[in-house]
Amino acid sequence: MLGLTVDHLLYIVRGAGWTLVLSLMGFVGGTIIGLPIALARSSRVWVLRAVSSAFVQLVQGIPLPVIMFVVYFGLSISGFELPALVAAGLAMTAYSGAYLGEIWKGCIEAVPKTQWEAAECLALTPMQRLADVILPQAMRIAIPPTVGFLVQIVKNTSYSVVIGFFDLTYSAKVINNSTYKPFTVFTIAAVLYFVICYPMSVMSRRFERKLKRA
Amino acid sequence: MIYEFDFSFLDEYGPDLWNGTLLTLWMTAISIIPGFILGTACAVGRLYGPPWLQRATTVYVEAIRNTPLVIQVFWLFFGLAVLSIRIDAFYAAVIALVINVGAYTAEIMRAGFESIPKGQVEAASCLALSRWQMLLYVQLPQAVERVYPALVSQFILMMLATSIMSQISAPELTGVAYQIQSFTFRGFEVYVVIAVVYLALVTLLRAVLLGLATVAFPRRRRLGTPL
Repeated sequence: MLGLTVDHLLYIVRGAGWTLVLSLMGFVGGTIIGLPIALARSSRVWVLRAVSSAFVQLVQGIPLPVIMFVVYFGLSISGFELPALVAAGLAMTAYSGAYLGEIWKGCIEAVPKTQWEAAECLALTPMQRLADVILPQAMRIAIPPTVGFLVQIVKNTSYSVVIGFFDLTYSAKVINNSTYKPFTVFTIAAVLYFVICYPMSVMSRRFERKLKRA
Repeated sequence: MIYEFDFSFLDEYGPDLWNGTLLTLWMTAISIIPGFILGTACAVGRLYGPPWLQRATTVYVEAIRNTPLVIQVFWLFFGLAVLSIRIDAFYAAVIALVINVGAYTAEIMRAGFESIPKGQVEAASCLALSRWQMLLYVQLPQAVERVYPALVSQFILMMLATSIMSQISAPELTGVAYQIQSFTFRGFEVYVVIAVVYLALVTLLRAVLLGLATVAFPRRRRLGTPL
C-alpha cells in the first residue's frame, strides 16, 4: 500500500502515539508552571513581575530545538542518564509554561478593573478576590486561546526530533531513510498531524465566536 | 562529580559560529519579504477574491498552520531530491519558510483588513478610487499599521524557526552548533552559547522592526498610542 508495508505504517502510528504523550506532558507541565507565571506577571509585587518576565523573555527568545539541546546535554552532564523523553518533556514544559503564562496573563488583565473594585467593596480578601471573582471570569476568556495554543504544542513537539526522541516526525524520518519515498511518508505524517491539530483549531474558533456573542 | 565547564572551543570555532549567525539572519531576511507579500496576497484573495480563490487560500492556510514546519521542510527537501532536483539546503529552507510564514501572515493580515472601519472604504469609493487603488493606498497601509505588533512577533518566531533547518544540514547557527558539538563533545556549553546569541538576535530584530515602525507610522507616534 502506497509503497509502504503495514509494518511501516504501524511504526509511524506508534510515533504519533509518542507525539500525543509528549504533547500531554507539555500541556500538563505548562499548566503547572504557566499558572503561577500568569499570576506573577500580573502581580503587584515587582520582584515577582521581574522574575517571571525574565523567564518568559528567556524562553521566548531561544528556539525550542536549542532549549531541547540545552536540557538534554545539561541533564547528561549533571550525571543523570535520562531518556530523551524526559529532556523533551522538560523542554516542552518550559516552552508551553512561558507561552501559556503570557496568554493567561492577558486573560487576567482582560477582566474589567471594576470587578476588582467591586470585590474589594464586598470586603473580600485579596486571595478571595482573585480566586472567587477574577479567575472564574478570566478562565472563560482563556478557553479559546488555550485550545488554540494546544495546536502549537502538538506541532512543536516535532522539534524533539533534534534530540532523537521517537515521535511522529522521527518515525517518518526513519521510514523515509529506509524506503526513500519522501512524498508518501511525509504526506502521511502531515495528515496525521493535521488530524490531531485541525479539530482543535476549529474548536478554538468556535469558542471564540461563542465568547464574542455572549 | 564536579563538571568542569570548558568554553575553549570558542577560540577555534568562533568564526564558524559567526558565519552561522550571519546565515541565520540572511535566511530570515530573505524569507520575510516574500512571505509577507504571499501572506498579504492570500489575505486579499480570501477576503475579496472569487469563491474558488477563497477556498484555495483557506485550504493552504489551514494545511500549513496545522502541520509542523519540520514535516513541511522534509517533504520539500527530500521530495525534491527524489525528483532529482538538486537544490541547496539553504534554498529549500527559504522556500519552506516563505510558504510557512505566508500562511500565518495571511491570518494576521486578514484580521488587519477586517478591522478597518467600513467608512474608510466608502470614503475611498466616494473619491472614485479604483478597487486596486483603494486596496493599495487606503486599506493596505491601515491594515499593516493595525497588526504591526503581531507581524513583528511572527517574524521573530520565524527567525527562531530557522533553527530547525539544521535538520536538513543547512549550516545556520544551530547547524554549526551541532557540528561543533560533534567535534568537541561540549554539547551543553555550545548550546548555552548559541542560546545567548539567539537572545541577542531577537532583541536586535525586535529593536530594528519597532524602530522601523516609528518611522513608517508617524501618525501613531504623534497620537501617543503604543504600538
